[in-house]
Amino acid sequence: MAQFVELWVYLSASPLFGLTATLVVYVLAQAAYARLGHAPWANPVLWSVLSIGAVLLATRLPYPTYFAGAQFIHFLLGPAVVALGWPLWQRRAELRQRWGRLLLAALAGGGAASATAVALGRALDLPADVVLSMAPKSVTAPVAMGVAQAIGGIPALAAVFAVITGLVGALSGKYLFDGLRIARDPAGWRARGFALGTAAHGIGAARALQVDADAGAYAGLALGLQVVLASLLIPLVFRWL
Amino acid sequence: MIPLRGLAWLLALQSLGELMARGLHLPFPGPVIGMVLLLVALRWEPVRTPVAACADFLLSHLSLLFVPVGVGVIVHLPLLAQYGGRMLVVLVLSTWVGLTVTALVLYIGRQRPPK
Repeated sequence: MAQFVELWVYLSASPLFGLTATLVVYVLAQAAYARLGHAPWANPVLWSVLSIGAVLLATRLPYPTYFAGAQFIHFLLGPAVVALGWPLWQRRAELRQRWGRLLLAALAGGGAASATAVALGRALDLPADVVLSMAPKSVTAPVAMGVAQAIGGIPALAAVFAVITGLVGALSGKYLFDGLRIARDPAGWRARGFALGTAAHGIGAARALQVDADAGAYAGLALGLQVVLASLLIPLVFRWL
Repeated sequence: MIPLRGLAWLLALQSLGELMARGLHLPFPGPVIGMVLLLVALRWEPVRTPVAACADFLLSHLSLLFVPVGVGVIVHLPLLAQYGGRMLVVLVLSTWVGLTVTALVLYIGRQRPPK
């Protein structure tokens, strides 16, 4: 037993642990998600975060030790944001044809999400830096961190808010869209996908891709647009306020 | 080898974006500038083929990349204990508003298929 504890102490302190745990848990969660017929509540990000978080808390392993290994996965978010140019480029013909409406939807939806979060956060008396960390919550985590920093929020908290927002979208989007009577035809899938990419970034886009190819492509498009719009407009708006 | 070359392009464009953001004091994060640069660079076939292979792989596993930062929620447990309920209300409601507005703007203005 003493030997096991020693081994665990050694292993858990090395970056290998954080990296392996993240990948193995996610692969398992993904397999369970597939086995459960991709039910929204079986979201692999949700269950990966909950199980790894529970292990860290139970073993009193500090988050920075875990992150020393997990950062190798986290790091890929940068190139992944660059890679978003690819779905945008693939759909450039459609983008050119519908750019007015798409831009309007992205601006209105992204703006509404951000404004509601800030207004509601203030109304509920949340601390100012927490509220500022919520403003960029619809953009993908690495960009949300950058924007939060620029406007005086807490980057690490902004990333967590972005992930929770993505999960809310991925978990509840289907029911919300059904309630709004958005059909499951090509126009409906485009609207559903674009909305998920706009308001629930990468996690919503992953969900959209899972459900329908058209929805997935439009989610990728929305995600890319939102990244550009939010990183330009949110700091501008907060400079005026 | 081809996806690897794609990753090299993505990282090179991200670095270039990072340099431009700092050097020119642009308001965008480096990767965002990298994305815009990629849109231009994709015209060239030697960029397109490798980037396509790498981007498709990276983007199809995009959710994995959010796990490390998501686990960071455990650092903020005291804050959650204090404001968790209210924060969740704000996050859930604002996400629903965002989803609804986006979807409706697009759906109401949809082009109906010709009959």
